[in-house]
Amino acid sequence: MDTRSRSSFSPSRPLPPIDRRTVLKTLGLGAVGLAGVPLLSACTGGAGPAGGSSKSLTFGSSASDDVPKRAYQAVVDAFQKKESATVTVNTVSHNDFQNKINSYLEGSPDDAFTWFAGYRMQYYAGKGLLAPIDDVWQQIGSNFSDALKKASTGPDGKMYFVPNYNYPWGFFYRKSFWSEKGYAVPTTFDELKTLAAKMKGDGIIPIGFADKDGWPAMGTFDYINMRLNGYQFHVDLCAHKESWNQPKVQAVFDTWKALLPYQDPGALGQTWQDAAQFLGQKKTGMYLLGSFVTQQFTDKTILDDIDFFPFPAIAVEGQDAIEAPIDGLLLSKKGGQNQTAKDFLQFMGTPEAQNTYYSIDSSNIATAKGADTSKFTPLNKKCADAIANAKHISQFFDRDALPAMANNVMIPALQSFIKDGTVDIKNLESQAASLYAAQ
Amino acid sequence: MPRIRKVRRLSTRDKIVLTAMVAIPTLIELVFVWLPTLFSIGLSFTRWNGLDLTDIHPAGLANYQYVAQNYPPFWPAVQHNILWLLFLGIIATPLGLLLAVLLDQQIRGSRIYQSIFFAPVMLSLALVGAIWQLFYQRDHGLLNFLLGTAGTPAAVDWFGDSNVNIWAALVAATWRHAGYVMLLYLAGLKGVDPALKEAAAIDGANAYQTFFRVVFPAMRPINIVIVVITIIESLRAFDIVYVINRGTNGLELISALVIQNLVGEGQVIGVGSALATILLVISLVPIIFYLTRTFGKEAKEQ
Repeated sequence: MDTRSRSSFSPSRPLPPIDRRTVLKTLGLGAVGLAGVPLLSACTGGAGPAGGSSKSLTFGSSASDDVPKRAYQAVVDAFQKKESATVTVNTVSHNDFQNKINSYLEGSPDDAFTWFAGYRMQYYAGKGLLAPIDDVWQQIGSNFSDALKKASTGPDGKMYFVPNYNYPWGFFYRKSFWSEKGYAVPTTFDELKTLAAKMKGDGIIPIGFADKDGWPAMGTFDYINMRLNGYQFHVDLCAHKESWNQPKVQAVFDTWKALLPYQDPGALGQTWQDAAQFLGQKKTGMYLLGSFVTQQFTDKTILDDIDFFPFPAIAVEGQDAIEAPIDGLLLSKKGGQNQTAKDFLQFMGTPEAQNTYYSIDSSNIATAKGADTSKFTPLNKKCADAIANAKHISQFFDRDALPAMANNVMIPALQSFIKDGTVDIKNLESQAASLYAAQ
Repeated sequence: MPRIRKVRRLSTRDKIVLTAMVAIPTLIELVFVWLPTLFSIGLSFTRWNGLDLTDIHPAGLANYQYVAQNYPPFWPAVQHNILWLLFLGIIATPLGLLLAVLLDQQIRGSRIYQSIFFAPVMLSLALVGAIWQLFYQRDHGLLNFLLGTAGTPAAVDWFGDSNVNIWAALVAATWRHAGYVMLLYLAGLKGVDPALKEAAAIDGANAYQTFFRVVFPAMRPINIVIVVITIIESLRAFDIVYVINRGTNGLELISALVIQNLVGEGQVIGVGSALATILLVISLVPIIFYLTRTFGKEAKEQ
């Protein structure tokens, strides 16, 4: 429930009650769903004629907020014009879309639909619910970096996903504040600790932190894990190919413990939106979050004053891996038989389509090489470069791991770790073993 | 025999109407209450990812074992539910009774007070959340302002500190529960025959004795309702903790854990169903116990 607030097209919500309504609605739908009625099919319209004479497809979109909704519509319009095809767009509120993805894919899904890269995509590919699109990738492959290609590959080595945009995670800070205080960007973990200690001495909270919603702490975990144990370990741990009950995992928490005194002690009572305000007000020195944090700075002078640096190096792979969740499109099993749907995904993978998207939703970074960067702000450009130069792109814990592991195990475990600096990795492993076995 | 003849006198139309009146509610009850309950109990003995029906695998008691032994939020949730029951039973419900008794007197503006105390029961969850946020916020909240700690490091993080947030939530829950109980007791007090009070006064009982020896026992049917409501409210307590932080970090309740495990991408149907079954069993125990005791006694007295 937690993770969607991070999605960059989610507006800030001071109150979560909307979520409860969603929960109730989902409960109601879930109850009916148990009775075997694929409810979502009701709103997906008729099945697109597969291979029929007229070119048409249905497109299920979770981009329900105004800006991304218009952005996707612009892409759809451009595609319709170019291919003289008909695209039926079914937009569902993104909370609902995510909550019901299971019954959606089991029922009668749209031909193409919005989703995320990583384990979250691979899981459904592994269950045979998605259509492989290797032929599409032959056309668009050269538009994407190796890291993006890797992130779009299913567990069977076939391609399934077309990236649209992503956004990096890093430490965000105010340039003017740092130059005024004489702080320098740290490149190693020791430098980070030294800087944090200096900030604490200056009477500010060194590292902004918020974990009321449970998921933001995963970013810190992911980065320390990747910098200590490498990108591959992160992926294997998330997929539970590595055990949680081993010294490498304990080392992540031990390393983090050294950072805890510098992170905002009020983390458990505040949301990322709250913590973003403290950064804007110079109450915190820096803030580790996704670049969507900039959405919170409505004051242009503050926004122009924001810069970021990648998570400092600890042990292996330096700063080569970056956490940058990727959003894009998938084809359902049914959509795989619809050539127009494949064409649509291919179109999404071109700089042209991604420019169209960016022209309306500029809070994210286009993923295709050759996408127009001339309108990028310096910060946007830096974000894009950081991603382009990365050797590995991790998604985010909740996108790289089994969702139940992220939501039901990691959120309480990380919250209790933040509280007292202790964690029971043996228990993490026994929970993981049980949950992954159930899948 | 005469009975049967009487039944036979029903016209066909009567029979259809009667059948419909029995069948439709039964069907609704069956489809929306019994079947889901039985499905839940059944699913709690399986492993299922919620995707394909063929993916359902029998798991025996593994889910229950997991919940009891490996799932850290479970035992805190049980404790919090018990705490919730005790708090509502010992503080919130008597508070509602006290309000009812006070407002039942002929005081000026009694209606206004009643409305004020009952208002929270009618407010939407969004408003309840917003209102308590105003009180509890760490930096700008009224409570920290009154304590003189607002904006200082000593400020109490009412929702974020797991040592205090359960109490903050209980106070918010009381705010709603007491108004509800008050209304029920007001209705009960109105139903007590004034002659009883007069008789007690003539016998020389003081106000205290009149209430506890005469009026309170006379409200027995209401008392039963209140006890059952208090138990149910404490077991199904969900909305306030969900508004605060979705039932994590010190606010675990069994109902919140059920939701976390059953709804959304993170669904683990087996574990969620096991939690729901545990909640069902826990709810049945005190309610059956209390109802049989109360109604059993009544049957004996008659």
